[in-house]
Amino acid sequence: MKQLVRVFLTIILVSIVLLFITNRLNQSQGLSGGNTLTVYNWGDYIDTDLIDQFEKETGIKVIYETFDSNEAMMTKIEQGGTTYDVAVPSEYMIDKMIKEDLLIQLDHSKLTNLENIDERFLDLPFDPDNVYSIPYFWGTVGIVYNPEMLNGMEITSWNDLWDPKLKNEILLIDGAREVIGMGLNSLHYSLNDTNPLHLQEAKAKLDLLTPNIKAIVGDENKLLLANKEAAIGITWSGDASEIMSENEDLDYVVPSEGSNLWFDNMVIPKTAKNIDGAHAFINFMLDAKVSAQNTEYVSYSTPNKAALEFLPEEVVKDERFYPSPELTDKLEVYENLGKRNLATYNELFLEFKMHRK
Amino acid sequence: MENKAKFNLYSIPYFLWVVFFVVAPIVLVLYYSLFDIDGNFSLVNYKNFFTPVYLMMTLNSFWYALLITFFSLLFAYPTAYLLTKTKHKQLWLLLIIVPSWINLLLKAYAFLGIFGTYGAANKFLEAIGIGSKQILFTDFSFIFVSVYIFIPFMILPIFNALNKLNPSFMDAANDLGASTWTTFRRVIFPLTLDGVKSGCQVVFIPALSLFMLTRLISGNRVITLGTAIEQHFLVIQDWGMGSTIAVFLIIFMFLIMALTGARKRGV
Repeated sequence: MKQLVRVFLTIILVSIVLLFITNRLNQSQGLSGGNTLTVYNWGDYIDTDLIDQFEKETGIKVIYETFDSNEAMMTKIEQGGTTYDVAVPSEYMIDKMIKEDLLIQLDHSKLTNLENIDERFLDLPFDPDNVYSIPYFWGTVGIVYNPEMLNGMEITSWNDLWDPKLKNEILLIDGAREVIGMGLNSLHYSLNDTNPLHLQEAKAKLDLLTPNIKAIVGDENKLLLANKEAAIGITWSGDASEIMSENEDLDYVVPSEGSNLWFDNMVIPKTAKNIDGAHAFINFMLDAKVSAQNTEYVSYSTPNKAALEFLPEEVVKDERFYPSPELTDKLEVYENLGKRNLATYNELFLEFKMHRK
Repeated sequence: MENKAKFNLYSIPYFLWVVFFVVAPIVLVLYYSLFDIDGNFSLVNYKNFFTPVYLMMTLNSFWYALLITFFSLLFAYPTAYLLTKTKHKQLWLLLIIVPSWINLLLKAYAFLGIFGTYGAANKFLEAIGIGSKQILFTDFSFIFVSVYIFIPFMILPIFNALNKLNPSFMDAANDLGASTWTTFRRVIFPLTLDGVKSGCQVVFIPALSLFMLTRLISGNRVITLGTAIEQHFLVIQDWGMGSTIAVFLIIFMFLIMALTGARKRGV
């Protein structure tokens, strides 16, 4: 018993010492108190040189933390344990966060570089007039495919996927809106359609696709596609560029019927302490040169029109990631359809998954 | 009197545990199951459960759980039997348990590589002249990986039961002229039935609500009640329907426990 007590006491003592040391270390680095800014972003989603540059220019210390899903990010902000000053959620999450009163309204007078953003990407349905959010990167949902494995067959539209030659070659992404949306798009309906008849029609059409589907997977599709496990994958353009950098044979196409347009956006959550610093950071990221450097590093599509001038031509002219205006007009941003409609989408998706070959 | 007081004092942690981690969660699940997606009190979730989608899913879950349990038992019993005959029983047993220390996800990812089109399993099939087959995302791979994960839990109770068996029973059967098969059928198996039952419970019940593997290994070609619960909580955030499915799972589990436990004395 005595020994047990001693063991516990030692553990507690060691913890206290460690706590004290971290505390001192943080203070000496100026992390606690003083002029700091906590940025909460997706993993590997910024050129860290830019953080150093921002620190030098403004004298603000940046604490950089990362998350791997919108849901995880929102839960942490809701809990309020850490004072996040800037976060980067996706558009559907922003709608939710506005409704749950988790965001602070932006002061546009402090965001002088906002004019750099392409007008096409401002004033979108999830945040009219950009009261709460500024676009950071954007992208599409489309088809990654391996022309070599398909004997040079070219894929340009959703409807191409129903070709019987593609038996057992498609990896779908495990997302109800993406998959049902693909059904809707192939029938030329809107991605935000809530008409039950149209949804049923889309589901029936998707059922016909089952022989061609190899699996419905999550993030592991990057690994599977790069390893040539299947010839075709439905995924987001960001993931697609990542897969393509690993396996250069692959190609990406935004289907001609139209598809989804998504945004990751900078916001200031309610937990923020350094609101001036947060505005300074957002404005810094909107700078044309900074944005161009960041885009080259992250390799997603930037909404910053001014930054395009500083980017290499082959990047900007790549219609796979910067689609032509005719195609962009056909792209749609997801609207928050409300819990009930979302449940219908998921219910149909579940039924579709249960449809056996 | 003093003894009784002491007993009560020591049982406080146990009661607290039961109240907070057994009773409270079940009550909460029941409570949440009574609200529809908009947060109104209703029984609509229970009505929804009795639609073809969920009934089919229940049937699916039972079918796959049954297959997993069956194959686990098929391989676990002879293994456990052999283990009791070996010299270093504890060492062999340890070797069987060691893989269960590795995280489930890690093992699942490993199988993604092994069963892939260019993986080790297909290389082997090609080498022996059968040729490359699709293994990943099939019923076979799903059941294989599940059995691999659950089998230690089946071996342990059977091993314990066999280990406790008094060898003089076998000698007696032998002396009385019973063949090896008859000895097994009439003496060994009935005496280890409790081990088999608890093994089946420990495998069948979690197998009923498997979810991660259904996506990773079978590519969502197998949909179980566990998958549906995950989706209702994380994606749709319809806690009511998710809880309702959980309530039915709890009911099924009680039924299974009752059915497999009832005849314990009768053997």
